[in-house]
Amino acid sequence: MSKVDQDRAAVGPEVVRVENVSKSFVIRKDNSLKERVVTLGRRGRAHQESFDALKDVSFSINAGSSIGLLGSNGSGKSTLLKVIGGIIDPSTGSVQRRGRLAALLELGAGFHPDLSGRENVYLNAAILGLSKDETDAEFDSILAFSEIGDFIDTQVKFYSSGMYVRLAFAVAVHTNPDVLLVDEVLAVGDEAFQRKCMDKIRQFQREGRTIVLVSHSAEQVMEVCDRGLVLSHGEVAFIGSAVDATRVHREILEGNRKSVAEAAAADAVEIAVVPQIVSIAVRNAAGETVESAATGDELSIDVEVDLPHDIDQWHSSLSIDTPSGQQVFGTGTRRHETSHGPNAAGHITVSYKFPSLPLAGGEYFVNAEVLASDGHPFDVQWQGAAFSVPATPSQTGSVFADTAISVG
Amino acid sequence: MTDSALNRFERLSAEPFIAPAGKVGIVGTWGSLRAVFDHRELLNLLVRRDIKARYKDSVLGVLWTLINPIVQLVVYYVVMGQILGAARGIDDFAIYVFSGLTIFGLLSESLTGTTGSIIANAGLVKKVYVPREVFPLASMGSALFTFSVQVVVLIAGCLILGAPPFTSGLLYFIPSVALIVLYGAAMGILFSALNVYLRDVQYLVQILLTLSMWAAPIVYGWSMVQDVFASFNLPHWLLEVYTNNPLTLAVLGFHRAFWTAGTDADYPANLGLRMLIAFLVGLVLLWLCQRAFARLQGNFAQEL
Repeated sequence: MSKVDQDRAAVGPEVVRVENVSKSFVIRKDNSLKERVVTLGRRGRAHQESFDALKDVSFSINAGSSIGLLGSNGSGKSTLLKVIGGIIDPSTGSVQRRGRLAALLELGAGFHPDLSGRENVYLNAAILGLSKDETDAEFDSILAFSEIGDFIDTQVKFYSSGMYVRLAFAVAVHTNPDVLLVDEVLAVGDEAFQRKCMDKIRQFQREGRTIVLVSHSAEQVMEVCDRGLVLSHGEVAFIGSAVDATRVHREILEGNRKSVAEAAAADAVEIAVVPQIVSIAVRNAAGETVESAATGDELSIDVEVDLPHDIDQWHSSLSIDTPSGQQVFGTGTRRHETSHGPNAAGHITVSYKFPSLPLAGGEYFVNAEVLASDGHPFDVQWQGAAFSVPATPSQTGSVFADTAISVG
Repeated sequence: MTDSALNRFERLSAEPFIAPAGKVGIVGTWGSLRAVFDHRELLNLLVRRDIKARYKDSVLGVLWTLINPIVQLVVYYVVMGQILGAARGIDDFAIYVFSGLTIFGLLSESLTGTTGSIIANAGLVKKVYVPREVFPLASMGSALFTFSVQVVVLIAGCLILGAPPFTSGLLYFIPSVALIVLYGAAMGILFSALNVYLRDVQYLVQILLTLSMWAAPIVYGWSMVQDVFASFNLPHWLLEVYTNNPLTLAVLGFHRAFWTAGTDADYPANLGLRMLIAFLVGLVLLWLCQRAFARLQGNFAQEL
């Protein structure tokens, strides 16, 4: 967390206070009166399942801060957002808040297809807590922001989905909220409109409004938020700066992924008649195996290959992914227009050396592949190694670029 | 840090904390009432939305509001009145039936509308917080709109048939409507919440409405009921129970207001007092139903 972020978070008074909130759902499989009666009593209980979406969650949010709620699917982040918004009552515990709150949980939730855009603006603004006079005052600004133009008097059922969403977003950001709850709705519209949304969010932050954002995307949280909260199975796994939160989130995701991968590996039967990858190791300049490396470090990725018999010519390749599966780098002998071999049977190590690691903060996975001379794959190992790079405060994204900012 | 941000922080630190979830007991009711009052503009817009959306793209539009009761009137007038002979005991039978149908229509439409209101607005209930009472209340509002159109037709009908309803009995119009609105709102709020959990409620309401339509003195006279009770030697308190149910009282009040051919024998004694008591009971019922609603609404978002 940079100095600027710390100041921003420290100044504002508390606006949301969540104390020991738990929420459990009862999932019933019988939904009509007949079924209820038939399954009364003990058999009825067999038709119910209890599910704890949130377990003893406590935290508070200060005015002017932007907090990102992170977590894998089903970790309870949307439920938490709805509890803060008052849409769901907690089973135990309490939520207290102050100031005007607007929830952007689904754009255009209040739109009626048969009414015109204008009528829907008034209706939706009233739903979000604006009076008629306030809407009158903001109407031109809403219309301009939405870029709907003359279609404003057309029934919204004739709108394109982009127009629909633009109008809804325009209304929501003009409701003058103190606290804005956002649930994965920023990824709408074309790029120009997304840029406009982000600009509006930045403006909100400058104006000291509080933003609570639910997102799967760690990048988005890093970009928008100064604080982050990571939920795992309904419990708070971490709360702190956004940079650290995204790291914890990635570790949890990686943990899930590894356990799934290990389960799959246990089932596989391996027959080694072709070259196999034994291991992938990430080593520093001193040759020690490491799990983290700083930007700019000298790094070597060593792929140990078991050759079952003598081989004249073969290839290897290497790639590096982010946890979201985005490849940041990939190369191999074929791309370098060279090849390995001839080699005798036995273990052999292929080293890929990086004199200065060009990656910025984040979690990275290493994949390696060995191939025959004709490009036919022998063996591939996905995520054979992982390493993390400590957060780079001066930038976001995966690629490290040594930037200098100047004016003039 | 901009000035607007600092101003905002200053204002926020002065504001008290509020809990979004409803409180229990009388305090909770007061809070709900205030929340609904704060959202009166939204209520107004929702009612307009209902009315506008209902008749959008239909040629006859609001005329449909009239066609249904007029068809009903013709059927009851011809079948019940002329063929089955109910009209022989009742002068101006057309006005009698139509006034009863009009006030019953208010109950029928408001109960049907309110019961389905939460489900019809599921998109909103799940995504935005507004006091959920506004949805059944908005349905009440659009039912009242239909009703007011029908009252205009009723008055026009009275004038055409040469029985202008401008007597002192017209004063009963207000308590009759108040009774139906009160009980309609109370039961509507309860049913709308129950219907979220058990969709059977909406069908149950239809059956209840059919039953109450025939249980109230709409197509027959109250004095006929009195005679039947007497001829079967039923205890007097049973007649009292029948008479004092709010729908019967409202229908009788409406007859008093619009059906000028009636005499004192056509009504029970102390009609006004009975209505007042029913109104007070209705207030308590509304409070109980609102409490039940407040308790049930916490899980709306996940049940829908």
